[in-house]
Amino acid sequence: MRIVVCMKQTFDTEAKIALTADGLIDSTGVTLVVDPYSEFAVEKGIQFKEKFGGEVVIVCIGDTQAETAIRQCMAMGADRAVIVTDPAMDGSDQSATARVLAKAVISQEPDIILGGFKSVDSGSAQVMLRLAEILNLPHVNVVTNIEIGEGKAIATRELDDGVELVEVSLPAIFTAQQGLAEPRYPSVKGIMQAKKKELKRLTLADLDIDPTSVGPANAKVKIHGLTLPAPRKGGRIIGGEIPEATADLVKALRDEAKVI
Amino acid sequence: MDFLLNEEQEMMRKVVRDFALNEVEPGAAERDETEHFDRSLYAQMAEMGLTGIPWPEAYGGAGSDNLSYAITVEELSRVDASLGVTLSAHVSLGSYPIYGYGSEAQKQKFLRPLAEGTKMGAFGLTEPYAGSDAGGTRTTAVLNGNEWVINGNKIFITNGGEAEIYVVFAATDKSKGHKGISAFIIEKGTPGFSFGKKEKKLGIRSSTTYELVFEDCRIPAENLLGEVGQGFKIAMSTLDGGRVGIAAQALGIAQGAYDKALEYAQQRVQFGKSLAEMQAIQFKLADMATKIEAARLLTYQAAFRKDKGLPYGKFSAMAKLYASDTAMEVTTDAVQIFGGYGYTRDFPVERMMRDAKITQIYEGTNEIQRVVIAGNILKGK
Repeated sequence: MRIVVCMKQTFDTEAKIALTADGLIDSTGVTLVVDPYSEFAVEKGIQFKEKFGGEVVIVCIGDTQAETAIRQCMAMGADRAVIVTDPAMDGSDQSATARVLAKAVISQEPDIILGGFKSVDSGSAQVMLRLAEILNLPHVNVVTNIEIGEGKAIATRELDDGVELVEVSLPAIFTAQQGLAEPRYPSVKGIMQAKKKELKRLTLADLDIDPTSVGPANAKVKIHGLTLPAPRKGGRIIGGEIPEATADLVKALRDEAKVI
Repeated sequence: MDFLLNEEQEMMRKVVRDFALNEVEPGAAERDETEHFDRSLYAQMAEMGLTGIPWPEAYGGAGSDNLSYAITVEELSRVDASLGVTLSAHVSLGSYPIYGYGSEAQKQKFLRPLAEGTKMGAFGLTEPYAGSDAGGTRTTAVLNGNEWVINGNKIFITNGGEAEIYVVFAATDKSKGHKGISAFIIEKGTPGFSFGKKEKKLGIRSSTTYELVFEDCRIPAENLLGEVGQGFKIAMSTLDGGRVGIAAQALGIAQGAYDKALEYAQQRVQFGKSLAEMQAIQFKLADMATKIEAARLLTYQAAFRKDKGLPYGKFSAMAKLYASDTAMEVTTDAVQIFGGYGYTRDFPVERMMRDAKITQIYEGTNEIQRVVIAGNILKGK
């Protein structure tokens, strides 16, 4: 069984986000990590390999920094990886990302394709679904469980008010929600072996993609501006004797916070 | 010269830090309060391969290096010095002598389960009358047929009670002083081997420290480690390496306390501004950060020299001396920055300050480190 996992490298979820003078996200000094949703997918892929045999191939679009994230997936147990690195990809939107991923993913002839249902940075939750549409493959979105059968799989999909069991034929695409699999800590041996595993570096030309068909000029989505959330105001301690303080608290909850 | 860690060492740091923050830190204060050693954390470390980092794969190890091991002890100690010393005593003291001096059969029988973490190691050198002066060992070992008969007591044994495999030093010929000491491998459960007093300690309270009691304890002749009379040399060379582990533990304690103090200094507002905006606190933070960096370079240098097969005894003594003094100073300053809150058990710097003290004492007091350093310098080493 060949399991392809689409992995994105993102900002550490604990990173303090700041904007540059021209209003873009300042990436200076920010720690980059495997996106947590991608990580659920990587873990599930490795679990499938351990159960059914085969291999786990990581597919990633990113620059040389993303190779650190790829090595971490390899340390967890992924077997090899393909990374598409091309300066033309800078500023590409989800549509272009999905088109490039599609070429890279399908070249691996996967039985199962996994990825995060969204990423913690831009969080558009579009790429994997676009990928499924481009590849004309069945997909199940926001899954918390996948049971593999003969040429098919049943996935558990989270809904607002319950769960849905969806059966699809393979190959198919599944997008990970928290709960699909708890990522393991890479072992020391895994870390030692990671650097020896195959990492194939591709450019857009290698995938027969015209570099002028991606990038900001071809984006279907335009970001007009970014702003940081308003800083949280500090709490207020209501002092005084308990009976009066209680009355003040109730008044504040009713008239100011309007929660009761 | 290159001051950068390689890719694997960086990944080791990240992985161990994630493990430490997610699995170790949450229960650290409670384990300290209740003096509870949590074996399940050791089992998790075994699964990750942390219990045998520097040993070859042929003996169940991860085939990594001493620098990665030092980084691991540092990162664990950053949140919980007790778990840091558990690993340090297991690897540097319990496992190293078997790796360094054991026969092939001993390595397969004892080092493998230690490296794989199915068993835990400990080291029994100190006695009531033989601490820094290991030559004064009163525990005896007498060969009787094909068995050694061990009698005596060992005290302050880290991992005591929990460990399954003990490297124990005993006099085989008292007339020869320190040249009459030999090393033995003794397994928990051997008749005549029991655990005495459990120490109640100032710090590292969730690591176990026990007295080992040997009363006509009979072990097979093949459990002699190295040669008869080689014990003192084995002990001293083990401690040379062990000091890298303690330096790393002290470094981690200092870093952990500094991180907490820095964060607090930026949040705590007095007189209308944060503590970090006040020069008195800025200077403290600057001194703390500088000393930590110096301690780190000394510690990594000692580990690096060991990995390269270069003499490192002087360097590990310097690293242990400096890092432990730094840990004591930095944790004291961290408590100071936290003020009254720092003195309470509601904040971790109080525990870190208690944990720091032992690093100036064990695996050779800092006075002994100076003796070791001076001895090396005067021999022109």
